[in-house]
Amino acid sequence: MTGAQEQKIRQTLDDANLQLAIYTATGRLMSHRKAAVAEDVLPDFQELRTQANLLKRHAIENLDHYLEQFESQVVAHGGKVIYARDGAEASEFLIDLAKKKGARLMVKSKSMTTEEIDLNERLERQGIEPVETDLGEYIMQLAHERPYHIVAPALHLTRYDVADLFTRKLGVERETEIEKQTKIARAVLRQKFLAADIGISGANFLVADSGAVVIVTNEGNGRMATTLPRIHVAIAGIEKVIPRAQDLAVFLKILARSANGQHITVYTSFLAGPRREGEIDGPEEFYVVLLDNGRTRLLADREKRQSLYCIRCGACLNHCPVYRKVGGHSYPGVYGGPIGAIITPQYLGVTHDPWLPFASSLCGACAEVCPVKIEIPKLLLALRSEVVQAKLRDTQSRIERLSFRVWAWAMRRPRIYEMLGFMGSALLGGEGWIRRLPKLLSHGPLGAWLSQRDLPRLPARSFRQLWRARRKAGEN
Amino acid sequence: MPRASIFVTCIVDQLYPKVGMAMVDVLERIGWQVDFPERQTCCGQPAFNTGYRDEARTVARHFLDVFRDAEYIVVPSGSCTSMIAHHYAELFQNEPEWLALTHRLEPRIWEFSKFLLEVARVEDVGARLERVATFHDSCHGLRELGIKEGPRRLLARVQGLSLREMDAAEECCGFGGTFSVKFPEISGGMARTKIDSIQRTGADLVVGIDVSCLLQIQGALSRAGLPVGTMHLAEVLACR
Ligand code: SF4
Repeated sequence: MTGAQEQKIRQTLDDANLQLAIYTATGRLMSHRKAAVAEDVLPDFQELRTQANLLKRHAIENLDHYLEQFESQVVAHGGKVIYARDGAEASEFLIDLAKKKGARLMVKSKSMTTEEIDLNERLERQGIEPVETDLGEYIMQLAHERPYHIVAPALHLTRYDVADLFTRKLGVERETEIEKQTKIARAVLRQKFLAADIGISGANFLVADSGAVVIVTNEGNGRMATTLPRIHVAIAGIEKVIPRAQDLAVFLKILARSANGQHITVYTSFLAGPRREGEIDGPEEFYVVLLDNGRTRLLADREKRQSLYCIRCGACLNHCPVYRKVGGHSYPGVYGGPIGAIITPQYLGVTHDPWLPFASSLCGACAEVCPVKIEIPKLLLALRSEVVQAKLRDTQSRIERLSFRVWAWAMRRPRIYEMLGFMGSALLGGEGWIRRLPKLLSHGPLGAWLSQRDLPRLPARSFRQLWRARRKAGEN
Repeated sequence: MPRASIFVTCIVDQLYPKVGMAMVDVLERIGWQVDFPERQTCCGQPAFNTGYRDEARTVARHFLDVFRDAEYIVVPSGSCTSMIAHHYAELFQNEPEWLALTHRLEPRIWEFSKFLLEVARVEDVGARLERVATFHDSCHGLRELGIKEGPRRLLARVQGLSLREMDAAEECCGFGGTFSVKFPEISGGMARTKIDSIQRTGADLVVGIDVSCLLQIQGALSRAGLPVGTMHLAEVLACR
């Protein structure tokens, strides 16, 4: 872990207000979800999860086929599909397009994929102004921060924080009511919508059989961003493709419920190609950028490719006790929480942030709620094993490797195991608690334990000794 | 008399021998003969969960060897039970002989409360304890073995015990094996969230089915100077 990462985690843990904000906001999302998927409200929820899992599996196992089908449908509707190997290629396409069309202003609807490739920074460097139009994303753009949560970008900010931010950045009077804040943002954004040349969106689903980009939103900004400007560019990871429009009957039922307990989002937009003759709205030009950016690497791994099933509902973050402690900015990469902990190491390579898959108690709350049933703990374990196999060369990793080797050797030798127990009890045995260690010893695991908690002293006799004594007593 | 072997787990053996003895008491009280294979050590979970699969396999083979002929294996831990019943198969996917032995033993592994309810079929073991308790759902028991109501049913039959639910009963205590020492601040923070929830119940006792969670909770309670105790389910059921 880098010093900055460690510092961020510590800062978050030490900030009582922030802790409360995260815990309350995620807690609210948890209870809303719980109500929305309750047995009496949605009796076939578990069945839907299984179906969603199978549909995603089928789509991912046949990804090449469905991508081709999707592409030919888009083309048939008069749109264009661009394959981008990485963020650089995707943004290059956009920048070229902007230059060709003389576009200087782009409005964006919420998209984690564009966050993943730092699109805004790349555009700004070329003198193009990208404007986030989702309220949460807009707030984060003003604050120059990356999203705190994949569904609720400004989850960690209270309305008072937002009020201060608006005053500082927009020069408006301090407004602490959410409705009024929305109005302020709306007034600014309306101008941008009307002036923008290009609208950028992500995609929640790419429907292969109809060539439609499906996006779900609550604020209607997605609709405006994709229909008002002359040109619409959707940027989506290749894993977003699903076979048929009818499959949405499964996914739309579980996506919003898992995210925040809504039965369905306010807007579900089907965007299939540019405006046709006789249509009253829609862009003149329609492009879909299909992004790889490490995804084919995931695809190559039989077990871990299920990480690509993710529909970015955010439920695993809300239910993750680690995310709820460290917050969304402590993770490397833009995806926080359990899903981030499994895809970031796969996108960047396991040795990039080797600590990440270990930052979990493996409680399994994520997998329990994941609507597409990704086996997150199992994948974390697989990634941990890959990190170990990479044989990192730092001192701590070496010591750990050696310790586990010795440990395994001892654990299959009951006498040695028992002797180690004796030694432990001689050193740390007795009554009561161990609260502190001499400074010299405070660096190892024991010191780490005691930095937070007390440790009961080891009992004088182990179970096996008690057992033997009892049996002896019984014999006499 | 029916016979059950016990796997007490390394942590009970070394840190909480009383829990092992309590389990023996309860099993004998309800008419089972208890066998403790003395060569047993650990199930291998610490290595497996930290990514050391070779080391985990070494220890798992030892476990399988020690218990190969046992008919019932009763374990005072949801986590270790799940390790054996759910993760050994993954460890040995390329070793047919060990995999066969694993599959043979899988249905014979019983977490203690599940054993009482589903094999021995007793709910009332004749225990008595005057305390106000709250039950902590340990994650692997809850999510990998589906243990939720069982321990509560057993506790409901304990005379004198009143049970109060935590609002965060299903939230992880933050132990997580090596996680607790690799990320002490996060783990400690999770423990404090847990004990806040415990305190809101007004209980003076936390009961669980895994001593590893109890070690974490107890350590955090002690650090916070709170007068709340912890007991393993077996200890509660052994009281009379
Ligand atoms: S991994 Fe599952 S729970 Fe997490 S965001 Fe993706 S779909 Fe939602």
